[in-house]
Amino acid sequence: MNTESLGTIFLNACLVNNFVLAYFLGICPFLGVSGKMETATKMGAAVMFVMLISSMCAYGIHAFLVSIGAPFLQLISYIVVIASTVQLVEMFIKKMSPALFRSLGIFLPLITTNCAILGVALFQTNKAYGFLESIVYALGAGAGFTLALILIAGLREQLEFADIPKISKGTALTLFIAGILSLCFMGFAGLGA
Amino acid sequence: MSEVANIKTQNLDGSKKMLLAMVGIGIISALLIVSTFELTLPRVQRLKAEALEKAIFEVLPGTVKTEAFGVNTNGELFKMKAGDKTETTIYAGFDSNEKIVGYAIEASGQGYADIIRILYGYNPDKEILIGFQVLESKETPGLGDKIEKEVHFLNNFKALDVSLANNGKLENKVITVKQGEKQNPWEIDGITGATISSRAIGNIIGTSTTELVPILYHHYKKNHQKPTESNE
Amino acid sequence: MSNDNASSKEKVTTTDEFIKGLWKDNPVFVQVLGMCPVLAVSNTAENALAMGLATAFVLLMSNILVSLLRNFVPKQVRIASYILIIATFVTVVDYAIQAISVELHKSLGAFISLIVVNCLILSRAEAFASKNTVWKSIFDALGMGLGFTFALFCLGAVREILGNGSLFNISLFSEGFQSWIVMILPAGGFFTLAIWLLIINGIQTRKTKS
Repeated sequence: MNTESLGTIFLNACLVNNFVLAYFLGICPFLGVSGKMETATKMGAAVMFVMLISSMCAYGIHAFLVSIGAPFLQLISYIVVIASTVQLVEMFIKKMSPALFRSLGIFLPLITTNCAILGVALFQTNKAYGFLESIVYALGAGAGFTLALILIAGLREQLEFADIPKISKGTALTLFIAGILSLCFMGFAGLGA
Repeated sequence: MSEVANIKTQNLDGSKKMLLAMVGIGIISALLIVSTFELTLPRVQRLKAEALEKAIFEVLPGTVKTEAFGVNTNGELFKMKAGDKTETTIYAGFDSNEKIVGYAIEASGQGYADIIRILYGYNPDKEILIGFQVLESKETPGLGDKIEKEVHFLNNFKALDVSLANNGKLENKVITVKQGEKQNPWEIDGITGATISSRAIGNIIGTSTTELVPILYHHYKKNHQKPTESNE
Repeated sequence: MSNDNASSKEKVTTTDEFIKGLWKDNPVFVQVLGMCPVLAVSNTAENALAMGLATAFVLLMSNILVSLLRNFVPKQVRIASYILIIATFVTVVDYAIQAISVELHKSLGAFISLIVVNCLILSRAEAFASKNTVWKSIFDALGMGLGFTFALFCLGAVREILGNGSLFNISLFSEGFQSWIVMILPAGGFFTLAIWLLIINGIQTRKTKS
């Protein structure tokens, strides 16, 4: 029986068990992407939104699948929902703000394969969260993802001007930064307990 | 004119092809998944049941047979039949003489890193906990995971006092204290390097026993307790 | 004459497809693809090996199916169909692991399902399997899959040896060994991978210089 409060769930997903720094989810996009603050914020916001919608749908799908006795269709249904949500978000942004759409460019379709979003859906199902708990969990995960993304992008921007050995430029450096950040975030453990 | 008609039929053919392809793949997928599921289901269920039994035998030493119970809305135990689903499942363990050894209770709660799931054994005759096992934990290896292995911590659960007061509720709530400061039989001596994890265990057991021990004791008295013999 | 030439060329290229995945185009170390599920469960050699093999299995099966169907799937729905196929085999692998070992399934958890968003599998389907024969696709998958498993194993082994003093749960050092806990933590995963990349980059740069 779960006795976590909503606040604990949020803090947990955002800081203590940050999706990027503790679970390594969602790093595909920004490892390959240059570290710019602006893109980081926009990507983070888009991801948070998709996480929220997917989380709600995942909750409904899971309940439905369990009731018809077909739990094995879970993965496929989640993926389909996430892909569709991203498609809808893409069309929506294209219509509402073509400028934003152009600046986000390739990132939007990349969100579909963002491990973090599927991760949210899968983890919340495993933890058997209720509807409200799932929403809070998704919001926390999205916030944490954005936070990690912004931190790393900011650091990388600063490092552009630093003198770094050539072989470590690029991915290796980003990984080191991420590792140190991950250690820092461990300090949050026990928060909200 | 005919060009337009051509394009239109091409589009229609195109959409039909797309639909056909997706549906075809959908059917192949469904077949693969369902057959794997059905093939593995019996073995998976058997493995899960075996693992659970093993855990119950460990927290209720001497058990050879188990029975599953659920808790209904009146706060009473009822025997579970195949297919019943409850929020909390409790297992009664019986020894080779068909005498009840105790109840194995599953509980969970937030630890340092993630949720910890435990199984503990309750002996209603002596009103103590007699066994404890961590089922699932993602605590920090080398630090938090001491709750699973450290001997002095595990010894806490050989005779943890959960006796009831006259009002039917727990006399003293189970709680974790700092390592070396255990003074009362209902306290859990913690682990210095793993304060949060050991405290979490205390909280989990505390909450679970407060709720369930009265119910289990009541059930035990009604169904199993022999009248006290004169030759004590 | 020309037949012979063609077949010997094919023979060379098939082995090439296999080898490129192991080193030159190693998915983790060179292409830096499919990282996500990798790092979280590479904290012991056993977990890393299991994840690698599971991913390799999904890669193999989906490459085969995608290649088989490559002439039947219209362009517009190809990505959707790849994802559907990959998700199917991931579900199959998930149940297979449950049937093999409850313990292993518990350690890997939801990360098995996350194989479906492993960019590696999707990229192989799109870049290779959809354009090549089944036979070649099999070798491509085997090469990439083994290269991936090898890379994962390097990660997991280092993390387990340094962080736990063991390999496959067999203790390597005496009781007095002070394990480097950070290696088992997520941070250790980042650091270990970074160091491997450094080493490999270093080797490559040396090679091109000389």
